[in-house]
Amino acid sequence: MATATRPRTDVIGVVGAVAQNALNNLGDVALFAGQMLAWLFRRAPCRGTMIPNFYYVGVRSVPVVAITGTFIGMVLAVQSYSQFHSLGLDSRLGSIINISLIRELGPVLAATMLAGRVGSAMAAELATMRITDQIDALACLGVNPVHYLVVPRFLACVLLIPLLTIIANFMGVMGGGLVCTKVYEIDAHHYWTHARDYVGMWDIWMGLIKPMFFGSVIAIVSCHRGFNSSAGAEGVGRAATQAFVTSFIGILVLDFFLGMFFNTLYDRIWPATGARL
Amino acid sequence: MSSAPKQESGTPHPSSLIPHPLIRLEQISVQFGGQAVLRDINLDVKRGQTLVVIGESGCGKTVLLKLMIGLLRPTRGRVFFDGRDLAELGDRELTQQRLRFGFLFQGAALFDSLTVFENVAFSLREQGALDKEAIRERVKQRLLEVGLPPEVERKKPAELSGGMKKRVGLARALAIEPEVMLYDEPTTGLDPIMSDVINELILQTRRQHPMTSIVVTHDMKTAQKVADRIVMFYPLSRLGADEPQILFSGSPAELEHCQDMRVRQFVEGEARERLVELARDGK
Repeated sequence: MATATRPRTDVIGVVGAVAQNALNNLGDVALFAGQMLAWLFRRAPCRGTMIPNFYYVGVRSVPVVAITGTFIGMVLAVQSYSQFHSLGLDSRLGSIINISLIRELGPVLAATMLAGRVGSAMAAELATMRITDQIDALACLGVNPVHYLVVPRFLACVLLIPLLTIIANFMGVMGGGLVCTKVYEIDAHHYWTHARDYVGMWDIWMGLIKPMFFGSVIAIVSCHRGFNSSAGAEGVGRAATQAFVTSFIGILVLDFFLGMFFNTLYDRIWPATGARL
Repeated sequence: MSSAPKQESGTPHPSSLIPHPLIRLEQISVQFGGQAVLRDINLDVKRGQTLVVIGESGCGKTVLLKLMIGLLRPTRGRVFFDGRDLAELGDRELTQQRLRFGFLFQGAALFDSLTVFENVAFSLREQGALDKEAIRERVKQRLLEVGLPPEVERKKPAELSGGMKKRVGLARALAIEPEVMLYDEPTTGLDPIMSDVINELILQTRRQHPMTSIVVTHDMKTAQKVADRIVMFYPLSRLGADEPQILFSGSPAELEHCQDMRVRQFVEGEARERLVELARDGK
């Protein structure tokens, strides 16, 4: 029988172990996602599992997303006002607030809020089911756990996070507008005219397509962490924490690459207008 | 011990005159990471038999049950159910085979968000073979069989005692009328009276629904009461490289006369030198 080699404890060994671990996890998540997608197209989930998940992810998230959006808009207005005011461009504030919200801050911060609220809860719930044998019980009763538990959650995140982003964006626009027109007494007509003129349909569509990708990451990562939780309360806690952290990093990485991709795409479709930075 | 018909596809040989055991574990070894749990296990379970598996914590009893129903795959070796190698079955076929099993988990594993009725009816609804009325009747009947009143149907698992949860778990496993029942430590955590209630239910279930049963337990009262045959496993960490992991296989009466000191120590529940070993190992 071959003897196991001792693990290296120098820098290369440690970095190698971390890299190997990360690759193993990435592969595991990819296989899990593949299994979920196969079930998504093989058989529709039943209403009894879809509706509770849609309610929890969608309806119950509205208050927190609305509050998040409102304050993002208001803080943007507060932080941007002095610079714009010094240049005499107060009335243009609406354009910068709204474009920032709709293209970036609304989707990313709403997704981040949902990674914390929905993602952690999913991971904790599934981890508890794992350690109490409920996932094994599903398999023993002739039900595929991925189809029963993961597919409804994935659909809820992918379909509803864009709608929640709309709410966040709307509340952010309203919050920013409220601060600019009522607190800083910027002329409302010019504020809203510039706000409307600077935001295009491309910005709105990209601001809604990105959340679908963010929702996919949140669902897949959180469910994977829950399914692969280690035993005990510590395992459940770790699954919830890792679900949020990994989802958050995934959202940031995706945001960067999607931004590059959509800007390049825009440049290819409409080269005369110049690349969007 | 009858041998399984030799074949390559995993399907029963049509001309075999030797009835194969319902479940066969052939040269099974299981390892999790660097930790070996089962080593070179050969075990047959005959149709209609009640096999009780006993042994200390960590000797692989629960792993054995999960191998039989295909929840785990062995690191080496093969698991046959009704002549078919589980490793050769696709997802759909494996699911179909699993429906021939009922599994009572150690903690009952009831679904927290569903009521007792919904738990027991779960598989029946998912399979879709029965209409609503038939499902309702089947659930009511199973709950009555395990001694639970109809009022319990609307309760959630969090509102039930440990004994009630086990009985609901048993009703849920029996609802699909399985050919094989797997019991994972059915009396653990229960008081002596409720433990005997569960033992009686195991016997009653066997009388009412002729089936093969495998019971994993370290409760000797349960083992003596329900077993046709008892098998004792020993933890690999306490065995030499060439020692078999199954220390005993035989009837309850034969267990009483077994002279292996390790078997006697477990059956009689005596610490003997184990306390010294534990203190020495700092465990």
